[in-house]
Amino acid sequence: MSDAPGLEVVGVTKRFGDFAALSDVSLRLHPGTVHALLGENGAGKSTLVKCIMGFYHADAGELLLDGREIKVGNPRDAQQAGIGMVYQHFTLVPSMTILENLTMGLGFRPGRIDWKVERAKLTAFLDTMPFRVPIDRPVSSLAAGEKQKAEILKQLYLQAKLLILDEPTSVLTPQEADEMLGLIRSMATAGQLTVLIITHKFREVLAFADEVTVLRRGKQVGGGKVSELSVPEMARLMVGDQASRDHAGREEREPGEVMLALTGVQALDDAGGPALQGVDLTVRRGEIVGIAGVSGNGQTALVEVLGGQRRHQGAVTVGGEPFGATREEIARHNFALLPEEPLRNACVGRMSVGENMAFRSFDRAPIGSGVWVKRGALRRHARDLVERYNVRTTGIDAPIMTLSGGNVQRAVLGRELSGEVDVLVCANPVFGLDFSAVADIHGQIVAARNRGAAVLLVSEDLDELLELADRILVMSGGAIVYETKRESADRQSIGLHMAGHA
Amino acid sequence: MGGFARGSLGVLLPPVLAVVATMILFAGFLAAQGVDPLTAYRLIWLGAFGTWFSWQDSLVRAAPLLLTGLCVALPAQMGLMIIGGEGAFVLGALAAVAAGLAAGNLGLPDILVQVIMAAAGICAGGVVIALCGLLRFKRGVNETISSLLFAYIAIAVMNQIIAGPMRDPGSLNRPATRTLPDNLMLGTIPGTTIHVGLIFGIIACLAAYICVYFTKFGFAARIVGGNARAGRVVGLPVERMILAFCFAAGGAAGLGGMVEVAAVQGAVSSDISTGAGYTGILVAFLARMNPLAIIPVAVLLGGLDAAGGLLQQRLNLPDATMLVLRGVLFVMLLSADALQGRLTRYLAPRRLPVTV
Ligand SMILES: Nc1ncnc2c1ncn2[C@@H]1O[C@H](COP(=O)(O)OP(=O)(O)OP(=O)(O)O)[C@@H](O)[C@H]1O
Ligand SMILES: [Mg+2]
Repeated sequence: MSDAPGLEVVGVTKRFGDFAALSDVSLRLHPGTVHALLGENGAGKSTLVKCIMGFYHADAGELLLDGREIKVGNPRDAQQAGIGMVYQHFTLVPSMTILENLTMGLGFRPGRIDWKVERAKLTAFLDTMPFRVPIDRPVSSLAAGEKQKAEILKQLYLQAKLLILDEPTSVLTPQEADEMLGLIRSMATAGQLTVLIITHKFREVLAFADEVTVLRRGKQVGGGKVSELSVPEMARLMVGDQASRDHAGREEREPGEVMLALTGVQALDDAGGPALQGVDLTVRRGEIVGIAGVSGNGQTALVEVLGGQRRHQGAVTVGGEPFGATREEIARHNFALLPEEPLRNACVGRMSVGENMAFRSFDRAPIGSGVWVKRGALRRHARDLVERYNVRTTGIDAPIMTLSGGNVQRAVLGRELSGEVDVLVCANPVFGLDFSAVADIHGQIVAARNRGAAVLLVSEDLDELLELADRILVMSGGAIVYETKRESADRQSIGLHMAGHA
Repeated sequence: MGGFARGSLGVLLPPVLAVVATMILFAGFLAAQGVDPLTAYRLIWLGAFGTWFSWQDSLVRAAPLLLTGLCVALPAQMGLMIIGGEGAFVLGALAAVAAGLAAGNLGLPDILVQVIMAAAGICAGGVVIALCGLLRFKRGVNETISSLLFAYIAIAVMNQIIAGPMRDPGSLNRPATRTLPDNLMLGTIPGTTIHVGLIFGIIACLAAYICVYFTKFGFAARIVGGNARAGRVVGLPVERMILAFCFAAGGAAGLGGMVEVAAVQGAVSSDISTGAGYTGILVAFLARMNPLAIIPVAVLLGGLDAAGGLLQQRLNLPDATMLVLRGVLFVMLLSADALQGRLTRYLAPRRLPVTV
């Protein structure tokens, strides 16, 4: 295997309209190292790597691969130059096996494919890899960690020597993330790979990266060897000298009456298999109930049922009344919901930030009036939320799909939390958020609880649950298999039940 | 440059390019027939908009297109592609005549009977297209195909009925229904030869535009049409809204049929299938599914239609010439749409999967 390349990014500038997403950013990846790219939500990290990959054309700047200038017009050029990227969402075809996916990834195959040859080639390749993945099962049946590994393997199979990972660990459990990053790290150390990784987790930076570059508002503001930087230093580079906000602490309070109750809720997944097999749970006023579990054990279906996106059997009641997620019921019970992947589940990408923020309130005063939607009120509402929730956008008229991932999350959270909230359901509310936003959002959730909201918090991050939840339920195989109070919660037994051994 | 592709100019550019390319290609087609393209274009202009007389002709022809254009543009707001407006048009006409003939004898005021006729036309058309919507989310049947097939069924049903139960015994060689009495025919706009159907069409387009962009219902519709999953999360009745839009769309085409029969033809015969439903597809695409833009586009196409006769008389070109022009225009338009995809991809690569 040939050696890991070095990459130099020199003076890249990228504007969208008159907004400069990147101004004169430079960075240097040394061969065989893992380089972390840090920055707040909307700092320009994704934009920078998309410029490297040829998805975007930088307005100025150049790329030097091993000292030679290269021109990357589109992702195929990047692939040819040995640069591969793994996105945060999955790009493999779910209905095909890994063997098929990776073979197709090689590009045009003339005539008919000799699967025996392809299989032999792939197996030979996999034997040289430190990862193991089942190559004959459809991708849709794989766990998130396996899929992510397969995405990485695909890039390596396509001979990427320089691997770019955009928040690769947000879909993984901490164990999976550690395993995957460890493998990549060892390949880099062995001189097979140079890696550029975007992440919001300092822990991962400290454990797996050699060097870091920090972006703030599109400018390169610092960086250096990880061994010479401390977390507070990196954090300061990311946010500048902003005063950090104070967050509500949790008040000791007795939970009130039951606001949200599920009894014997069953639902099927898209393939018609069982996703929920009789879920019973209750959430009271003033408490946060956490749902822990390995992804793929029904949490997504549970949130979809509550959001009216999935048919179900069994009873869901809110405030003691049957709840079918109609608009009227949602408004009456002050029900708020933040689903995972908000751009896919709770936004219309083509509509503006302002319009998306009005999805809950467009039919109520002051925005809705008679049959009309009042533009002025809609814009005021949006401006207010953008400010309060610190959403970084070029303007409230920008289509929401142009926002950075973290900012979409903030926009939706702002929409959901801005009014009165009596019941709040959130799924992985801080996915992809930078550390200051995480603290902010956690503060908002606790504040909602302190005000007496019943909060159901579904999260794949056990630390988040241990920090926030009053009670933790463990979900496995589509049912609640374990329950523990905050005071008596211990990682070990939660972990065992998550893994389904107990 | 991203703003350029997304701004108003970017929206207008492809249709304008399509029209220009069509004119060039069609000029070649004319030249190949030994006709001087410039003369032909001058005649087309004259026949379409050159005189008050041709203006009136163009506007009359635009009237049904306004309504059948809506039949495509409204479901498009909900992400549905309906191309079977012709069926709704034909059934609308049939229902309107049936209602007119039945209610005409009850001694009601004419205007009331006309309202009943319009309502019958709207309901008949609305039900056909709503059925396509229903099949879509109940059974996952592709609405484009089903609406097209329904159009064939509708035309066959219409032929069956005018040859059977509703046949006017007086119509000897060509089956047709009885003719509406004169007092039930729609009048003209004072001082013109243009029937009031044009006003119906314009009002319908304006109403659709205002509804989609300024009302709460339209706002909800844009949510559902943009992303049904998001619509569900915010508690909107996704299925019912899609049905409502399909019904309104079919209703528009049905009203178009009512106008055609109550202002022009007087009775339903196989002539009622004028192709207005299909031309509506072209209108809606040219208007980029914007109800307001349908108005000028329908007038433009009505004009092309009106010019056909003059072209035939003066240059001895077959009637189908204008169909060729229309066909070329449609193909160019679709190519321009593909081009638009490219443009946005190159200029503002935001259609790409957005990584978080
Ligand atoms: N196509 C586009 N049009 C307009 N603005 C854009 C576009 N793409 C990105 N932006 C803007 O550029 C800025 C940087 O976005 P980018 O996606 O690079 O952020 P990021 O650092 O990856 O943030 P996150 O951590 O939230 O993913 C954001 O303010 C975003 O709104
Ligand atoms: Mg990003």
